[in-house]
Amino acid sequence: MNFEPDNKGYWGEFGGRFVPETLVAPLDELNDAFLASRDDPEFHAELATLLRHYSGRPTPLYFAKRLGEELGGAQIFLKREDLNHTGAHKINNCLGQILLARRMGKTRIVAETGAGQHGVATATVCALFGLKCVVYMGSEDIRRQELNVFRMQLLGAEVRAVDTGSRTLKDAINDALRDWVTNIVDTYYLLGSALGPHPYPLMVREFQSVIGREARKQIVEHTGKLPDQLVACVGGGSNAIGLFHPFLNDEGVRMTGVEAGGRGIGLGEHAARFAKGASVGVLQGTRSYVLQDDDGNIAATHSVSAGLDYASVGPEHSYLRDAGRIEYASVSDSEALEAFQMLSRTEGIIPALESAHAIAYAAKIAPKMSQDQIMIVNVSGRGDKDVDSVRQLINGGGR
Amino acid sequence: MSDRITQSLKNGRGFIPFVTAGDPDDASSLEICKLLAERGASVIELGVPFSDPMADGVVIQRSSQRALENGVNLTRVLSLASKLRASSDVPVVLFSYLNPILRFGIEELCAEAKRSGIDGVLIVDAVDSEARELSEMFAKHDISLISLVAPTTSDERLEKICRNARGFIYAVSTAGVTGARGSISNDAERLVARVRKFTDLPIAVGFGISTHEQIEAVWKFADAAVVGSAIVAEIEASLETQDAVSRVEALIDHLLPLQMATHTHKVEGSQL
Repeated sequence: MNFEPDNKGYWGEFGGRFVPETLVAPLDELNDAFLASRDDPEFHAELATLLRHYSGRPTPLYFAKRLGEELGGAQIFLKREDLNHTGAHKINNCLGQILLARRMGKTRIVAETGAGQHGVATATVCALFGLKCVVYMGSEDIRRQELNVFRMQLLGAEVRAVDTGSRTLKDAINDALRDWVTNIVDTYYLLGSALGPHPYPLMVREFQSVIGREARKQIVEHTGKLPDQLVACVGGGSNAIGLFHPFLNDEGVRMTGVEAGGRGIGLGEHAARFAKGASVGVLQGTRSYVLQDDDGNIAATHSVSAGLDYASVGPEHSYLRDAGRIEYASVSDSEALEAFQMLSRTEGIIPALESAHAIAYAAKIAPKMSQDQIMIVNVSGRGDKDVDSVRQLINGGGR
Repeated sequence: MSDRITQSLKNGRGFIPFVTAGDPDDASSLEICKLLAERGASVIELGVPFSDPMADGVVIQRSSQRALENGVNLTRVLSLASKLRASSDVPVVLFSYLNPILRFGIEELCAEAKRSGIDGVLIVDAVDSEARELSEMFAKHDISLISLVAPTTSDERLEKICRNARGFIYAVSTAGVTGARGSISNDAERLVARVRKFTDLPIAVGFGISTHEQIEAVWKFADAAVVGSAIVAEIEASLETQDAVSRVEALIDHLLPLQMATHTHKVEGSQL
């Protein structure tokens, strides 16, 4: 099976480049720079150094003994992306893209952020290299991720509130694209997930695949064999594709992406793009599964987790789903909240609410697996940013 | 050149107004289109509202949002177009993002658009082979897919785009989103000169044009000027006073003093 996109960025019918004409040239320029960097040992050496000495990679693959005992069934290993500098996997992609931006001579960086993790990672790499940084963030997300807004500001970034649409990640991407198209000469758009027009989905996957490459090596070191099951949460899908991609050719490895089931099955109540009634559309430069109404307008979404609250999904996920290579499931807000507390209590690890979705799904399937089976769950980020809103949800009974 | 759009623009000094269909409401929208046709529109661009208009500035974003809140969809846009067509021969171009069209169905749209008297379709976020495929499908129904070019478009791309272009070429005046700007950059004139090397089709300049002086300036080097946000802003300003039609008329008085445009389109039974 072929897992690479064609030279126009299509995985089967998914992906491509659906943008206004003005953005074609900057995307071509980006693609050229990306392809050149792929074959450049110096680029890889510089990135590897930063990943190791700045971000703290490799991140551990940790055997979650007490969690496994509580659940029964499979042995659970956690890929600790939460231990990266800035507290999430987002930095992997940001370090790669900031090196590209510098090579391209760009002096101003724009980015979108949902939960704020990508915004913080972008602000961080901009501080590291002394580049001007503007982060677009939906005002609803600003409300629920206040701490990350202040972190970005501390790091020297300007955070611009987005008040259009559902005031979440999707709307932040629209405004980041509008900024980029207006300032293409000096500005680099540092997109945070495996989304958007070609080459972003491919490029972000490449920079995030370090997760899966490490995990594959580490699990063999730990156990002498490959895992039976991988689990990761899927918003845009960068942490998931980063973990899954290096295992795609390992036939015995099952993979499950976990979407946000939110608070119900009606349109607008969740962010499960692959749920019943799923449909394909074009949003923000790429063709993929999209939550939309009968007129092709993009539906509102809901998730307790800002980072999963997005109406579309990376095109490579759509392809791998339809090809039957990756399965997708969803867990509800309340299941994620329970998992958030369970991992904190059993292992002393407070996961991001996004990652808690992966934990919640793992908790569902682990008891059905045998004790000699191995599951890797990606803890894509740490939960410090969510502590306050979880406290309110637990004490106040939801918002 | 049998294309009605091309015919309407071939003598230069063309005026292409844009309005979002159904903003502030369907009836006013129709009256505004009739007025524009009567007052010298060479072609009318009818905007299909979309939830995520990433190429648009705030004025058209808000307009799109108002139309969506009124329940406007492609079916209603086409209905508006056919009512306009019943009383005017002005060429009409749908201005849309791709997703509402995909959801409606391309073949269905071709058939319905033809019935509604639509002459062309401009899809903001379709480029390259995707645009070429759509253009071929529309062409079978005598509908022209209008191509956009930008200052960032290379000569190599311009040549390819012009080879497949129909109707007219829409030259984006400057890198950015839609919306009024103080001046039209020199980029626009340079771009139009580059485009001329590859096509005999009329060239319209848009993005940022909001005054009579800017229209005159554009007419010196291009065949038509597109005015969108300035008109939509008048509609927005009329929401309280509910005088959208007269406000737009006052703007047109300013933009196009009478008899300035090359020709007007007759509107039958107009109460204007």
